[in-house]
Amino acid sequence: MIVQALIDQGVDTVFGYPGGAVLPIYDEVFQQNSIKHILVRHEQGAVHAAEGYARATGKPGVVLVTSGPGATNAVTGLTDALMDSIPLVVLTGQVPTFMIGSDAFQEADTVGITRPCTKHNWLVKETDKLAGVIHEAFHVATSGRPGPVLVDIPKDVQFATGTYAPKARSTSRYQPQLKGDLEAITELVAAMEKAKRPIFYTGGGVINSGPGASQLLRELVEATGFPITSTLMGLGCYPASGDKWVGMLGMHGLYEANMAMHDCDLMINIGARFDDRITGVVDRFSPKSIKAHIDIDPSSINKVIRVDIPIMGDVGHVLEDLLKVWKSRGRKTNAEAVAKWWKQIDEWRSVDCLKFTQKGKVIKPQYALARLEALTKDHDRYICTEVGQHQMWAAQYLGFEDPNRWMTSGGLGTMGYGFPASIGVQMAHPEALVINVAGEASWLMNMQEMGTAMQYNLPVKQFILNNERLGMVRQWQELLHGERYSSSWSESLPDFVKLAEAFGAKGILCQDPDDLDDAIMEMLNHDGPVIFDCLVEKHENCFPMIPSGKAHNEMIMGEVDTSTAIDAEGKVLV
Amino acid sequence: MSALKIKKGATSHSAYNLRPNFSDVVERHTLAVLVENEPGVLARVIGLFSGRGYNIDSLTVAEVDHTGHLSRITIVTSGTPQVIEQIKAQLGRIVTVVEVHDLTVEGASVERELAMFKVAGKGDHRVEALRLADIFRANVVDSTLESFIFEITGAPEKIDAFADLMRPLGLTEVARTGVAALSRGD
Repeated sequence: MIVQALIDQGVDTVFGYPGGAVLPIYDEVFQQNSIKHILVRHEQGAVHAAEGYARATGKPGVVLVTSGPGATNAVTGLTDALMDSIPLVVLTGQVPTFMIGSDAFQEADTVGITRPCTKHNWLVKETDKLAGVIHEAFHVATSGRPGPVLVDIPKDVQFATGTYAPKARSTSRYQPQLKGDLEAITELVAAMEKAKRPIFYTGGGVINSGPGASQLLRELVEATGFPITSTLMGLGCYPASGDKWVGMLGMHGLYEANMAMHDCDLMINIGARFDDRITGVVDRFSPKSIKAHIDIDPSSINKVIRVDIPIMGDVGHVLEDLLKVWKSRGRKTNAEAVAKWWKQIDEWRSVDCLKFTQKGKVIKPQYALARLEALTKDHDRYICTEVGQHQMWAAQYLGFEDPNRWMTSGGLGTMGYGFPASIGVQMAHPEALVINVAGEASWLMNMQEMGTAMQYNLPVKQFILNNERLGMVRQWQELLHGERYSSSWSESLPDFVKLAEAFGAKGILCQDPDDLDDAIMEMLNHDGPVIFDCLVEKHENCFPMIPSGKAHNEMIMGEVDTSTAIDAEGKVLV
Repeated sequence: MSALKIKKGATSHSAYNLRPNFSDVVERHTLAVLVENEPGVLARVIGLFSGRGYNIDSLTVAEVDHTGHLSRITIVTSGTPQVIEQIKAQLGRIVTVVEVHDLTVEGASVERELAMFKVAGKGDHRVEALRLADIFRANVVDSTLESFIFEITGAPEKIDAFADLMRPLGLTEVARTGVAALSRGD
């Protein structure tokens, strides 16, 4: 019944790990050919792989794990998906209904544990309700603001036979509003017509709304000529090669993007949530602007920043109406003022905040990524990352032309996300080039998934910027804690080449800038998983940076004296 | 000075204190939340309040529509206007929440609470307790030679006032249901 429900929902791939309480489901999986089951090496890996799959396809990712430790190991992935609004359906086994509450072997209160880290969850105690709940689970995971859901299924319910309820047109009470209020949309159009210094501030909501939303966004940006910046999660919704693109904003965003956010007079937030990595200190956030906010989740509006024009609805639907209204009113913008605004932005651009100099015999991480970009940008390419400095450098130095090409852990910042995510992406796109830009410390957190990559012959490229440090932690310790590098040195690192070989994969070590291009080409030309150990400058810091407790126009640009950049209040912040 | 060279007193500022306060005035609001009566729905609502650091002054819950399996949760909460708005939006986000009403802003409403008071005493105290109960229209639902149990219904303020009067007269135990509330008119 469960497998039938999954098939009816169009599921082709399930990531999971068996155990006592899910054996009946695994037995069914064994006896069919419609759904491919990917055996991971740790349940956390299953959830991140499903996240990667979901992000790269726009479809919900599906996970199947056992009770107790299977479920608790999935918690990090669930929280990650909740923060980044990734649709997942996680099925967990549970001890039989008559043993629930008895501290049975591998029993955990799964729905209790996962209640705050799922969008919704269910414990199914009656077999007749099982199919309906699974269909409802897919509906909830994918409608409105997407998110992870969990269905906990006791073993006796799995064994029992019941009536199967086919996938019906949704009768669910849960029907989020998709269309935005036309009056508010018109108000925004009026503001756009007058704006002298407008900016689009876009986020992951554009990607979640589907490729159509990115298309509409591009049309709107081209038609109005307004500059556009994006959060980490929104990269790809507007092409990095587009001439209206001013780069990513935020703590490690581009100087021109943050300055434009600070000085704008109209901020149009589309599917972003004023995260603290974006705003810097909130009471000095873009003080002179009228702020509009398009979001499907009413709780995102006015949560952090008070906005003037709230529009609740799906990004795609709202953009469609917005374009219609703007066109019907004569396609007006304050072109002269906007041209002047662009001149100002170009001036900020000329600072060239990402400039670096590659000299000497040590590879700069920025150089490694710039070369990776140059050698791979024409490929059918998907990029995953772990979390830390390398993640920010990847966001800065790699260009994203399309949505669903960039998989990263934004909200939760989960080290260990990228490798399993790259496995999920490669499953969804077997022919594509999938690269996980990693730091050595993050990568080790889920390195057991090498087994999965080998078993399914997934040619994922693990591009490790190895500085033998927890780079971002080290950077903060340098800036904030008097250069006392407490536990941020990656001691006892493995030999990554030998590690790759131990799994039967290919390992490449590169430590000379002159060898870099050849080594990257070797990685690309190898048909199979590769661990690329790129030894980089150990004390490189990630700049530009908005220090904690500072505003957008107070960025640190590079190797300047940073000792006074962060004051006591800022130190308290994370 | 701490080892981290953070100025003394600076650590008393949590990140949350750095948020701009649109208005500092803490308001008391009564929310009526209609939910699907599923297992765990109350835990979801309570978990939201504890997880996000909101206050619950009182909370009552019971199924009000047996055929539709709908329960009504009445929550009295307090916070700045921005926090109250967030609470409502966050409640609305819970999948099994059907409706959220802020009775404090949606026109006039009636609030009632039921309480039981055990008052132990002899002589004058006993007579006085009985006399005050009469004034407050509290009923005696149980009596021994040395104690009464009063049952009183009313707005929370009335119950507070009654409790204040009973305390010197030998109040030993209180049980309160929390507020139930309905909006006036249609």
